[in-house]
Amino acid sequence: MPDNTPLLRVPPPLTARRRAEPGKLAPPRLLKSAGFRFAVLFAAMFASAAIALVAVLWWATAGALDRQTDVAIRADAVALSERWREAGQNAVAESIEERLAVDVGNEAIYLLMDASGSLRLAGNIDRWPPEAAERAWFRTVVRHDGFEVEARLHRVDLPGLRLLVGRDETEREMLRRLLTEGVIWASGAVILFALLGAWLLRSVLQARLRPAFRTAAAIGGGDLGSRVALSGREDEFDRLAQTMNAMLDHIGTLMVGVRGVSDAIAHDLRTPIARARAKLEDAVGAARDEAALRAAIEEGIADLDNISRIFRALLRIAEAEAGARRAAFAPFDLVPVLRDAAELYEASAEAREQRLEVDLPQQLAMVGDRDLVLQAVANLLDNAIKFTPPGGSVRLAARQTASGLVIAVSDDGPGLSPADRAQAGERFFRADKARATPGSGLGLSLVVAVAHLHGGDLLLDDARAGEAMPGLRAELRFPLP
Amino acid sequence: MRILVVEDDAEVARFVKKGLQEAGHKVEHTGSGRDGLFLAASEPFDLLVLDRMLPGGVDGVRLVETLRSQGNRTPVLFLSALSAVDERVKGLKAGGDDYLTKPFAFAELLARVEVLSRRPSAEVPATKLRVADLELDLLSRNVARAGKRIEVQPREFRLLEHLMRHAGQVVTRTMLLEKVWDYHFDPQTNVIDVHVSRLRQKIDRGFDKPLIHTVRNAGYMMRDEP
Repeated sequence: MPDNTPLLRVPPPLTARRRAEPGKLAPPRLLKSAGFRFAVLFAAMFASAAIALVAVLWWATAGALDRQTDVAIRADAVALSERWREAGQNAVAESIEERLAVDVGNEAIYLLMDASGSLRLAGNIDRWPPEAAERAWFRTVVRHDGFEVEARLHRVDLPGLRLLVGRDETEREMLRRLLTEGVIWASGAVILFALLGAWLLRSVLQARLRPAFRTAAAIGGGDLGSRVALSGREDEFDRLAQTMNAMLDHIGTLMVGVRGVSDAIAHDLRTPIARARAKLEDAVGAARDEAALRAAIEEGIADLDNISRIFRALLRIAEAEAGARRAAFAPFDLVPVLRDAAELYEASAEAREQRLEVDLPQQLAMVGDRDLVLQAVANLLDNAIKFTPPGGSVRLAARQTASGLVIAVSDDGPGLSPADRAQAGERFFRADKARATPGSGLGLSLVVAVAHLHGGDLLLDDARAGEAMPGLRAELRFPLP
Repeated sequence: MRILVVEDDAEVARFVKKGLQEAGHKVEHTGSGRDGLFLAASEPFDLLVLDRMLPGGVDGVRLVETLRSQGNRTPVLFLSALSAVDERVKGLKAGGDDYLTKPFAFAELLARVEVLSRRPSAEVPATKLRVADLELDLLSRNVARAGKRIEVQPREFRLLEHLMRHAGQVVTRTMLLEKVWDYHFDPQTNVIDVHVSRLRQKIDRGFDKPLIHTVRNAGYMMRDEP
């Protein structure tokens, strides 16, 4: 097995240079490598299977031969015992001579002696083996046919006689040796294949993990666009890669959002900051008296307040967009919330000689962030009242539909052109017609963010299409929880 | 009144201290949470103005929690750069009485300090509020000025009640939005002004002595004298 070969050949890890501990991204030590452990597991399984196979084979061949021998010996012993019972000592001796005469394989071994063991009555070995005194079945070396041979022997107890029945095992012994040799060779092959298989398994595992590892390393190094390459096999590794990619995409979207907010902050806070700064600087140099200086400073403070208001709005939008507030979602009745908002703005509408018409059902159950929904509706009402001319009316309505809840705010104002509508949710967007009215261009951005936070959407349309003042109809749609 | 200001930013602390002293209060200041806790626990103060985030291991929330667990009920006003709704809730849950987000106008801070230090005593629930010849009956929910009944809407009643309870104190627009409407966000336009001017129409119109006064750069005040 390759020892300590680098597990993964990643491009020189960027982070390794930055971190104090360069070992972090280096291939894991062999014993810690999961690939190695899987490989060892594989080899162990493979070897176990091979051992089981050899054991069965051994039992079926060498074992079977042994058992066959024993069966034959036992049959002989039984037959000779019968013979003795029927016809006595001489018949047994005769029977043994007969059996020896017909034994072409020259395997059978008999020895019949008298009780003292000094007189051989029949048989083909000359010495009573000492092992026969202790055990009925045994294996020993005897002198048979002029050769020292391995024999399997059985002592048969007959009154007044000593009888040994056995088989020469030379042939079988050779066969067993052959078998053992075969098993040893096969075991070598098994070990070789196990190691080869383990190495292959490890290499395949490494190869399949390499794209994920490489991507993670690239992202760790700052390349956020990197994605895990799919093998197209749609297996577990591909599923892991897909999950990782989905996660990276989401992180990417959030990063773009964050970047968008910081860009917008940088871009759009600079203008009011520059304005405030210019005014203050001008006042320092050019103010003729204290009153003028004081007025300039007050204006500067007002500008700063406005900047911090914009900043707060941006943070609120970011908070909603990040989805962190979803943890604070709770069920509430939308109707009192809408009534409160209408009540708050009713006075403003009245002051501008507008009517605020409210059309709400008895109850609308919703799950979400009450404060944010309230602010979204407040922003819509604020816009509607701001853009409706005196004498016009603003309508707040809400209803339950098959797909969810709809809150609609419509006004009698100039409305938005289709092109402006598409842009209306962007931060700091202000339609040309709206430049003269006060506002930060963040109101609808928050509404859109709140809608998205609740899985809903903001739809903008003409309130009365085709008229000179088509008005704007803003619909907040929340899906059913 | 004795006020303890615990704020680590020297400039903000100086500004707050100077302003409060000019308003006639005695002010102690410390920059660390640990010293603040020691001072607040060992000396009597009428009010604590605490920064939410403080160096020295003890932040504003921890400080208040510790004080409250010792049975110290001194009113606490949080100053914080953390504007998220949750942060505000966290501050109030810990035992804070009010929460002001940085940056803030000093008038807003002062108004809140005055309100906190002169909280209406809860032991004697008044059933009638009176400012000059204006009378508000909390039980029958009637409003009358110089004996003449004035019709107000429910929300206007609450607005008037709040102004009268804090008669002689400045009440800012944000405070009204928080206390009367329970809203914790900036409306884009000054909706509160419209409500106050409508209420003013009903209360002050036809009387030569106005009771609801506008305090420039701060908010409103209900008071007897012109």
